[in-house]
Amino acid sequence: MRIALVMLLGCLALGAEAQERPLALVGATLYPIEGPPIENATLLVQDGKIRALGRDLRLPRNADVRDVSGRVILPGLVDTHSHIGQVAGADASGPIQPEVRALDSINVRHSGLAKARAGGITTVNVMPGSGHLLSGQTVYLKLRRGNGVEDLAIRDGDGRIAGGIKMANGTNPMRASPFPGTRGKSAALMRARLVAAEEYCAKLADPKLAADKKPARDLGSEALCDALAGRRLVHHHTHRHDDVLTVLRLAEEFGLRVVLHHVSEAGLVANEIAAAGVPASIIHVDSPGGKLEAMNLLPDNGRRLEAAGALVAYHSDDPVTDSRLFLRSGAMGVRFGLDRETALAALTLHGARMLDLADRVGSLAVGKDADFVVLDGDPLSVYTRVLETWVEGEKVFDLASPEDALFATGGYGAGRDTVAEQVIQLEGAL
Amino acid sequence: MTRRTLLLAALLFGPAAAAQDLAVLADRVHTQAGTAIENGVVLVQGGKITHVGPQGSVTLPEGIRQLRAAQVTPGLVDARSAVGLSGYLNQKHDQDQLETSAPIQPQLRALDAYNARERLVEWLRGLGVTTVHTGHGPGALVSGQTIIVKTRGNTVEQALVRSPAMLASHLGPGAFGAESKSPGTRAKQIAMLRQQLIKADEYRRKAAEAKDGAEPARDLELETLVEVLERRLPMLVTAYREQDIRSALRLAQEFDIRIVLDGAAEAYLALDAIRAAGVPVLLHPTMARQFGEMENASFTTARVLHEAGIPFALQSGFEGYVPKTRVVLWEAAVAAAYGLPFDAALGSITLGAARILGVDDRVGSLERGKDGDLVLFDGDPFEYTSRVLAVVIEGEVVSETPL
Repeated sequence: MRIALVMLLGCLALGAEAQERPLALVGATLYPIEGPPIENATLLVQDGKIRALGRDLRLPRNADVRDVSGRVILPGLVDTHSHIGQVAGADASGPIQPEVRALDSINVRHSGLAKARAGGITTVNVMPGSGHLLSGQTVYLKLRRGNGVEDLAIRDGDGRIAGGIKMANGTNPMRASPFPGTRGKSAALMRARLVAAEEYCAKLADPKLAADKKPARDLGSEALCDALAGRRLVHHHTHRHDDVLTVLRLAEEFGLRVVLHHVSEAGLVANEIAAAGVPASIIHVDSPGGKLEAMNLLPDNGRRLEAAGALVAYHSDDPVTDSRLFLRSGAMGVRFGLDRETALAALTLHGARMLDLADRVGSLAVGKDADFVVLDGDPLSVYTRVLETWVEGEKVFDLASPEDALFATGGYGAGRDTVAEQVIQLEGAL
Repeated sequence: MTRRTLLLAALLFGPAAAAQDLAVLADRVHTQAGTAIENGVVLVQGGKITHVGPQGSVTLPEGIRQLRAAQVTPGLVDARSAVGLSGYLNQKHDQDQLETSAPIQPQLRALDAYNARERLVEWLRGLGVTTVHTGHGPGALVSGQTIIVKTRGNTVEQALVRSPAMLASHLGPGAFGAESKSPGTRAKQIAMLRQQLIKADEYRRKAAEAKDGAEPARDLELETLVEVLERRLPMLVTAYREQDIRSALRLAQEFDIRIVLDGAAEAYLALDAIRAAGVPVLLHPTMARQFGEMENASFTTARVLHEAGIPFALQSGFEGYVPKTRVVLWEAAVAAAYGLPFDAALGSITLGAARILGVDDRVGSLERGKDGDLVLFDGDPFEYTSRVLAVVIEGEVVSETPL
């Protein structure tokens, strides 16, 4: 009986979704990202998708029309590198652990998610932490309101939970054995593991090899096969310019599809990065140093990468920088010479490309997911606030709501997991 | 001239040599002494401000170097930092802000550890910070002394404004001892502090009552605490949680000492008590990470303190990781964005900070007779996308690289 009831509710919910009333947000300045801003325009949303946008749209008769005159609407922000949700990956037992999945650690009630929504972030690559050559599989999330990580996970065309692989080099993974002690050893360990994975993947794929001769299933090698085949992107922590070049070398040798992350000295090898066609997800932090590999952090990395023709995005690396101030990263890029258009793309579409999600998110375009942010002013001004954040046509953050506002500004209780009432409501909703 | 005399000459005249008379003209001059002046001019002669007013209110001396900007502010005052002691590399050899061999070490002088040429000092200077209150950091019950410096000079002596400035103390888990070492609880911290202040009081009494030649042996630790008891040296008490804030106020009342609250993330829960005690607050950086002891911090606390009429300043604080230092200009900007009025936000990193540090006779506002410390901007100083065009310390243009 209970199962039947759940199924019935499921059908009703689906039915309701299929016939959802269109929502028209009217009067705002839209930043489509792919194209110049459109003033006094309308965004039409239905069934979680963008149905139309522009000036003088003919609205469906049953549309729910909301006046948002004077507001600014951006696509939902895409954060290519974050550690929200109490994520954890590899443990201290070894430097290379591709079998470990970030998705098995995420607490969706963690305040970090509420704060990211308050910052306008709708799509996020949640990564295991640092300190390893390979610290595990990352998970791409939509910041929907949900009860477990499956509710938030983005799925690929085959219905599998989408994500990448997190790697690192430089001083980050160096420690006592079995971890590497030098850069040369770091590269050698990683290459040896990839060579072994190549052999494993080749045996699996070999049609001449009998089933009983196939290697035993190995979770780590499986994940590496995905990376070697380009089905799983490698998100590579790297800072110093020579470490960047080592990543490019590794990517070329093994045919890995790589995104560079942090890239403190990107500006010194911007031409090499651009020539390799490898994108760079960079971070703005307020001063150089703090660790050896960031000692020569260039505040104008964004400008230098753009000038060289490399694809550049920003990430929060939350908690290194606060998700609620993610727009600030792009604005600080502009302060140090990046142009405004690129800065806004670096917070949205460019990040989507770096996660292979640009067909679904990252810009305001017909057919894309209705992920957007409503602002009260210039996206790159310090004085501008995120008023609302929407994911797939659902409002997931509203500054006018006291509970949401607590997470937006901080205050007593904002550091805890989502407040108890919301937890109870979510569980009651099942 | 021998090499030695050359060196001596360089030491004596090095920093002053670049000082020159300047006229700084701007569309808006934020003086922090009355309302902003539109189309204003600031004259700096002999390192001091000699005139502030609308353009045309003074005849510019012939041939004087002129600098132009959209907006000008007083040189920024960072109310609490560890730069110069806590270096940018963040390696053991450049971290002098915390000595962990004992929980109470008031005898440690920042003067003996400050590196005037540290990269982070240069970084702050380029972003408009001309005066810094820096020194021993958080992490110990009493970690040592602090100093106030200008962000220039080749040596600490050239940079120095005041030494010692305050005595740094820290309440709460961040200053617990390692493993089984004391202090291991909040209550133990206060017990240890009270006992040590009582010991210093005894030392003071014995010294006062001793006959000539029978004074107690000099004790650098107790001497410093006597300065605290005599109210000549304020105690800077880092306290994030509400109960730690109240413990600090209780301690100040018991010993009738001057304290300045530092960090104070939950100050909004103790506004009446802080105001009644007349204690100023050096608030944590607005963008400080809101977890651990700061899990209840808020972007709006600066505004709340302002509205409560409690004297406060913003600070860059101590950072153990990246960014190795914060920048008060950007911290004040975010406070302004979350409701702190512009002049109060600017005041929290200029005159308000100078007042709490007791150096407002020299810095913090653009007024005749004060040091010629100015920051030139190409727009609203708080906008993310505005840039610092130039920085002047006592008439010397110390930075002309737009940042």
